[in-house]
Amino acid sequence: MEMPIPSEMVLSRKSDIVARLRAVLSDDAIISEPSQTQAYECDALTAYRCAPMAVVLPRNTQQVSDVLRICFELNVPVVPRGSGTSLAGGALPTADSVVLGVARMNGVLETNYDDRYIRVQSGRTNLSVTGAVEQNDFFYAPDPSSQLACAIAGNVAMNSGGAHCLKYGVTTNNLLGVTMVMMNGEIVEIGGAHLDAAGLDLLGVICGSEGQLGVVTEATLRILHKPEGARPVLIGFDSNEVAGACVSDIIKAGVLPVAIEFMDRPCIEAVEDFAKAGYPDAEAVLIIEVEGSEAEIAEQLEKITAIAKQHNPIELRESKSSEESAAIWAGRKAAFGAMGRISDYMCLDGTIPVSELPLVLRRIGELSKQYGLKVANVFHAGDGNMHPLILFNANKPGDLELCESMGAEILKLCVEVGGCLTGEHGVGVEKRDLMMTQYNAADIETQLHVKDVFDPAWLLNAAKVFPLSTTKSRRAS
Amino acid sequence: MTPKDEQELAQYVKDAGANGRKLRIRGGGTRLALGNAVSYDDMVSMDGFSGVSLYEPGALTLVAGAGTPLREITETLRKSGQQLPFEPMDHCALLSSTGEPTIGGVVACNISGPRRIQAGACRDSLIGVRFVNGQGDVIKNGGRVMKNVTGYDLVKLMAGSFGSLGILTEVAFKVLPIPETQTTITLHEVDLDVAVQAMSSALGSPFDVTGAAHLPALENTPSKTLLRIEGFAKSVKYRADKLAAKLSRFGEVSQSYDDHDIWTDIQNVTRLSGTIDAIWRVSVKPSDAPQFCETLAKNCPNAAVQLDWGGGLIWARVPNDFDLRQCLNVAGHATLIRGDGFAAFQPQPSVLAKVEQNLRQKFDPVGILNTGIMG
Ligand SMILES: Cc1cc2nc3c(=O)[nH]c(=O)nc-3n(C[C@H](O)[C@H](O)[C@H](O)COP(=O)(O)OP(=O)(O)OC[C@H]3O[C@@H](n4cnc5c(N)ncnc54)[C@H](O)[C@@H]3O)c2cc1C
Repeated sequence: MEMPIPSEMVLSRKSDIVARLRAVLSDDAIISEPSQTQAYECDALTAYRCAPMAVVLPRNTQQVSDVLRICFELNVPVVPRGSGTSLAGGALPTADSVVLGVARMNGVLETNYDDRYIRVQSGRTNLSVTGAVEQNDFFYAPDPSSQLACAIAGNVAMNSGGAHCLKYGVTTNNLLGVTMVMMNGEIVEIGGAHLDAAGLDLLGVICGSEGQLGVVTEATLRILHKPEGARPVLIGFDSNEVAGACVSDIIKAGVLPVAIEFMDRPCIEAVEDFAKAGYPDAEAVLIIEVEGSEAEIAEQLEKITAIAKQHNPIELRESKSSEESAAIWAGRKAAFGAMGRISDYMCLDGTIPVSELPLVLRRIGELSKQYGLKVANVFHAGDGNMHPLILFNANKPGDLELCESMGAEILKLCVEVGGCLTGEHGVGVEKRDLMMTQYNAADIETQLHVKDVFDPAWLLNAAKVFPLSTTKSRRAS
Repeated sequence: MTPKDEQELAQYVKDAGANGRKLRIRGGGTRLALGNAVSYDDMVSMDGFSGVSLYEPGALTLVAGAGTPLREITETLRKSGQQLPFEPMDHCALLSSTGEPTIGGVVACNISGPRRIQAGACRDSLIGVRFVNGQGDVIKNGGRVMKNVTGYDLVKLMAGSFGSLGILTEVAFKVLPIPETQTTITLHEVDLDVAVQAMSSALGSPFDVTGAAHLPALENTPSKTLLRIEGFAKSVKYRADKLAAKLSRFGEVSQSYDDHDIWTDIQNVTRLSGTIDAIWRVSVKPSDAPQFCETLAKNCPNAAVQLDWGGGLIWARVPNDFDLRQCLNVAGHATLIRGDGFAAFQPQPSVLAKVEQNLRQKFDPVGILNTGIMG
């Protein structure tokens, strides 16, 4: 994968740049020794690594502003970083960059139950946002599987989703406002505790902009009261097609579960080996979760199971207790870990129209044979967000490249059937060069215009999201 | 001018740009009064972009031309038991306008209704757009799937940009099932501050409230605070009973089933529409609503208000020459919906105003699209 050639101009001034940064930060907030910057050489897309020139770990918005102002003046590229769990290489540094990590900015600034929001510093982890309000039975809805580690900063930058977004939406639907520092050091407040900010929907375009428009330092997030209860049902089918049809029928019947997760045979087998969740011997398994009081749960599950039964399931297991619920979810939650144990894997996240599910799964099966690489599918079926995991061997020369070209074919297929390259993980460096399969030159140019407005010098995470050829002239100037 | 397709529209915009002719974009014409006055040479009608091009009930998605009448979309969805989740208001009563609202107008103005507190605004259901920018380029963003983070989210940016960034030609939505039943719980004759507390308590409960409005006493009608619960029959009954019990500490409570008219009236702000006075729409955090309303009442004894979104949205009717923004002593903003005494939109802090101006300049360099509508 190509990255821009680091600027000699910047590298040659390293000691000067570091000294300037040190002047506005405490000593322990700047790292410039190569032995230490190495810890920041990659995110969760570990295939690509490059240590940055320096790392700064500010404690508040003012310090972020000071750092950015200096980098702006000295023309130094900046890569914002939350917890480094991006699967797309969004936080991958370049050798001439300063990584601006917000991990130390993890405080809760305000909680307001009457108006149902929480304001946090952006380095706070997703799960600990819920942690801050759960004693009052509230929660923050978007729940990426990485929620123990990932930060709100990264969630906002990637517009992250989660298993429960069919009902509650993704980050952008739960974000009310941000404090953001522009690349020139200016601090702006966008949105706030009230719904619907004034003017153009800048918040909407900042969410999901992958750290290219500004550094988000604080966020106001919508919180909700927890449902009285939740319960999953597990349904096994002897074909992917039938499972797909069942999902579609449930939705058409007017039931809106909070989650519909889908696993295919390779995935079921791997998680069985690993988590011993007691999943059936099936081609496809659906986990469908509904929420509410006992009576409400019963009412919804009754409708769901009635529909499922018309599709001749080979197993239908309604949870009867919290232990059984945990067991049903155990396999799904362990899916990535289970895969990681048997093999290296690449996790894709293209979205497809739900109606194309059978076709896409069949084509993925064919590609798997053609490339000689195994694929396990686990995904959010209600919204068509697929997560094919392609298994490969990182130690075998050429296997990563093979896996990447197969991944590219799958993503192109997603676009071809009317979907998109990424549903929640973001483009980063990983899917950058596939952008032209989804967008034409004019579409891309329009997006670049937005970056031109926020970051005219193209210093902020500039090697991401767009094919390098489309941004070259801008980055050079 | 009524272009029949994107290509014709694009050429038309290119020519207009070359000749420095300013364009006014018209959907159904029912919301033309929103925003600041637009200076223009030619009116572009979106009538040629009409029709639902894709509807998959099993995938909860619908794609339609921007000129499609809202009524057609609602009817199409209704046949499969689905709806647009955000309950867009109709401005005809408030603006004394006539015509068929189009879906493009709904998106351009990011129009939502009472269910916005639970299901999100128009921009939250919008998943894809196609538009023609000020240079006559056809641009797409998003698509027809409900989870999509590929590139920047210009879908949100286009929603509520009042046609100042581009002419929408096609829009795609995530839709939702129409709830089987609904119940309205009414809290009778409580003061505005108590009403806001009651609504906060309801919205902070696990009972999934989809509407929370307060209609203060007006002329001979006593005040009413309304909470809506929707869903399957048994579930609605369970939650409504629980909620009614919870709210009884605030005052006298009653319940009614399938009272759609009252929510349509709230959605369309019917009760404030009757006069020729100015109408403002004020967005604040709910717990600030009482303080703002009190200040407003002191400074403008003739003001009439209606609260939606649990108090987060205040509709106010005041005399035409009254500057409501002078009373806005809490965080938030005010939009002038009817009347022309003041700028329609709240002025933005300078850095953001500059960002907005620069975005407009990039999307419409010559400045020919709905020029001046957002200031
Ligand atoms: C096991 C595993 C499971 C996962 N499951 C999910 C899932 O279910 N759903 C999902 O959506 N994602 C998932 N992810 C992906 C990842 O966790 C998310 O993208 C997450 O939001 C990244 O957060 P982070 O704090 O780690 O960000 P980082 O990886 O540090 O950065 C991500 C991007 O955000 C930018 N950024 C970081 N901080 C800022 C800031 N302050 N201002 C502006 N930009 C900033 C970075 O430059 C980068 O482009 C998963 C990842 C792993 C490893």
